[in-house]
Amino acid sequence: MVAMKGLHTRTQVPFTQPLRSAGRARQHCCVVPRAAVASPTKESRFTSVEQAPPDPILGVSEAFKADKSDLKLNLGVGAYRTEELKPYVLDVVKKAEKALLDKGENKEYLPIEGLASFRSATAELLLGPTHPAIKEKRIATLQSLSGTGSLRLGASFIARFLPGTAVYLSNPTWGNHKNILSDSGVEWKNYRYFDPETVGLDFDGMMEDIKSAPDNSIIMLHGCAHNPTGIDPTEEQWAKIADLCIEKNHLPFFDVAYQGFASGSLDEDAYAPRYFLERGLEIIAAQSYSKNLGLYGERVGALNFVLSDSNSAQRVMSQAKRLARALYSNPPVHGARIAAEVVGQPDLFDEWREEMQGMAGRIKTVRQKLYDELVKLNGDKDWSFITNQIGMFSFTGLSPAQVENMTKKHHVYMTKDGRISMAGLNNAKTEYLAKAIDDSFRNH
Amino acid sequence: MAYRRLALLGSQLESTVSSSSQNSLHGLQRHMAAAATQSTWAQIEQAPPDAILGITEAFKRDKSKDKINLGVGAYRTEEGKPLVLEVVREAEQRLVSDPNLDKEYLGITGLPEFCRLSAILAFGEDSKVLAEKRNATVQSLSGTGSLRVGGEFLAHHYPNKPILLPKPTWPNHNKLFPLAGMKVEQYRYYKPETCGLDYEGMLEDFRSAPEGAVVLLHACAHNPTGVDPTKEQWQGILDVVREKKLLPFFDSAYQGFATGDLEGDAHAIRLFADAGMEFLLAQSYAKNLGLYGERVGALSVVTSDPAITKKVESQLKAYVRPLYSSPPRHGAEIVVKILSDPQLYSQWRVELQGMADRIKAMRSQLFQALQDVGAPGTWNHIVDQIGMFSFTGLTKEQVHNMTDKWHVYMTFDGRISMAGLSGSKCQRLAEAIKDSVSH
Repeated sequence: MVAMKGLHTRTQVPFTQPLRSAGRARQHCCVVPRAAVASPTKESRFTSVEQAPPDPILGVSEAFKADKSDLKLNLGVGAYRTEELKPYVLDVVKKAEKALLDKGENKEYLPIEGLASFRSATAELLLGPTHPAIKEKRIATLQSLSGTGSLRLGASFIARFLPGTAVYLSNPTWGNHKNILSDSGVEWKNYRYFDPETVGLDFDGMMEDIKSAPDNSIIMLHGCAHNPTGIDPTEEQWAKIADLCIEKNHLPFFDVAYQGFASGSLDEDAYAPRYFLERGLEIIAAQSYSKNLGLYGERVGALNFVLSDSNSAQRVMSQAKRLARALYSNPPVHGARIAAEVVGQPDLFDEWREEMQGMAGRIKTVRQKLYDELVKLNGDKDWSFITNQIGMFSFTGLSPAQVENMTKKHHVYMTKDGRISMAGLNNAKTEYLAKAIDDSFRNH
Repeated sequence: MAYRRLALLGSQLESTVSSSSQNSLHGLQRHMAAAATQSTWAQIEQAPPDAILGITEAFKRDKSKDKINLGVGAYRTEEGKPLVLEVVREAEQRLVSDPNLDKEYLGITGLPEFCRLSAILAFGEDSKVLAEKRNATVQSLSGTGSLRVGGEFLAHHYPNKPILLPKPTWPNHNKLFPLAGMKVEQYRYYKPETCGLDYEGMLEDFRSAPEGAVVLLHACAHNPTGVDPTKEQWQGILDVVREKKLLPFFDSAYQGFATGDLEGDAHAIRLFADAGMEFLLAQSYAKNLGLYGERVGALSVVTSDPAITKKVESQLKAYVRPLYSSPPRHGAEIVVKILSDPQLYSQWRVELQGMADRIKAMRSQLFQALQDVGAPGTWNHIVDQIGMFSFTGLTKEQVHNMTDKWHVYMTFDGRISMAGLSGSKCQRLAEAIKDSVSH
């Protein structure tokens, strides 16, 4: 009720009194008596709009919220949880926010391409601070709305300036990739990736499909901690993928959502995009600070075009800005300032690295514990994929029917493709989860 | 091809060659890659600077002490400084010290309390639209984001209907609706002869529009002209919209900011809502709460049936997810703090009135200064127009003179932002205008 009061002041003004805003103001208020309100009688022009299905990932959280069971476990959306299964705001973020508040910055529009200090910080994070592409101004970096917004801006660019080019997505991939591309008017196809037999990478299939794609295609690659499988190529495999991209003149598009979060090391997790650049390839890269800086809801990210010459980078930047203007005009300032503060202050940066190692470490620990519990229950099945896979997610290989059993019988919420978020698991619940997984594999 | 063989050779040699040789090899590879891929980017031209945001870029580059920025519509104090409202600072302090707040993803439709309070602000607490739950309101990326999501929704679920934009309108309208997949047409709006509304022309164009076409209406403080319909004219517009079954899409970027009166500035929206119309509404908090860079706004779709509204909301979510997944939290949290706290809310109204009053004062002062310097022509439109902007009537050539000779930055359609003016600069601006129209 208090919430209503805030806007309730109007009814305290009698109809006959002029409003406070006198002077030249026209009498706006109280001219159309509320009694003259009409109820709509005609048929709606939106009668044929159908109910859209819930989002396959975000819909899981909605279902979880509605579940009344004490046993329920949310392994759906990829948001890090502490050992107490609570959301985690990084200490460096709290410090940075406090510092920002003390600075008393204004809230003016950012330029279309975003906060300058954030843009240079994010490019340096991706490539390393002394990378030639930065020195030679061959990189066009635009701040955008986290990973999704950056991918969408990239897809819009592809649709407009590389028309007819298809983007190849791993099978499986993050569910939103195909929606982003389709809504942008970009054709997408799959390349083989996950091998259910080995619960590992189908490398031969992947290479075959990338090779048979027409020259000059765009290949979407996950920088590290592949979502949803957690399976990443080895360095040798990355080299061969790069070879193929060079041979076919493909343009790699990296989705970098977990830099620092996968292994705990920012540099290690940036290996793949850096290696491709070393090999002389041009790349596009979408970055997100949702997980590694825990800035989820602040929507912080960037789209990067790393090209072979600065003139192209300049022209590409100018056109990407136009597309961004028609999507959201300019990106949100708050989260970018936090990120720039953390990356820019050496002591905050060091503290950040520690907190990231802490998060990555907890996930590795919980993977190990889950593995141990599963082995106890079923020593015959090969559960090593749990510890071989990297990052926030694990692709269990559970079928849709088995996933349904996980949810209906065991109140474990996960996505239908068999993906579980390790970040939503703690040591205390590994035993329960192991039982649920084992039961689902055996009996369904 | 030589490049490919070179690249493959490079990968084979990597393990055996010294690092300096590797570097030159990679450098050579890169140059050849550049040659091979040059065609990818070669046909991409340098885009021109944005019609509005490009003005500020140019202003920043200008070294003159006398420069005035009347380009982008962001409020400035009398000292020419950006303003963060007191209520916003207060709200932020409370947010940052709240241990219960985290940075988790919002849902696709944003902060629920934000959506609820934004709808109340727009429609009025006792609106039938709210009582009957006929609005689907989603948090969005300020005005631009609301318009874009609305456009995407209409392109798919209200297909093959053009959207009619007033002539002139905010330039970004013309960019974002086609990219959303909608065909754009125009309706007459501004009459240069009177510097006022071409009411007859507007109604004629509405009557001859295809049935069911979408019409974009500026809820108040039309951008760029500052010319708004009177109450009587809004009624006339409503009648024609109803008659031709047109679908209104309100762009409400200045509620409370235009006159200082939140309810008054929502008159047109509430008129249509009370008449039982279906319509869309894009709301922005950029100006009225000074939250520009936080990107806070809301899109509402009002239908005649709550069951349909539910389905519409589910479809809106389907467009948001591939655009940006979910909106940013910070700005929305600030809005909720202010709208839900009676004391902050009252304080907001006072600050809003203050901003609107300063702009009105600038209008009067500029008008006076134009009389004083003897600028040719009549300038009543300066005080008759409403809101942040004034459509001076200056031509493109005259605007160039304003900028090149006088270092006055404004958009080429002749629009000036009154919010960027201060009392001390009125004299010089009047002289610049006089000089520009005289030559």
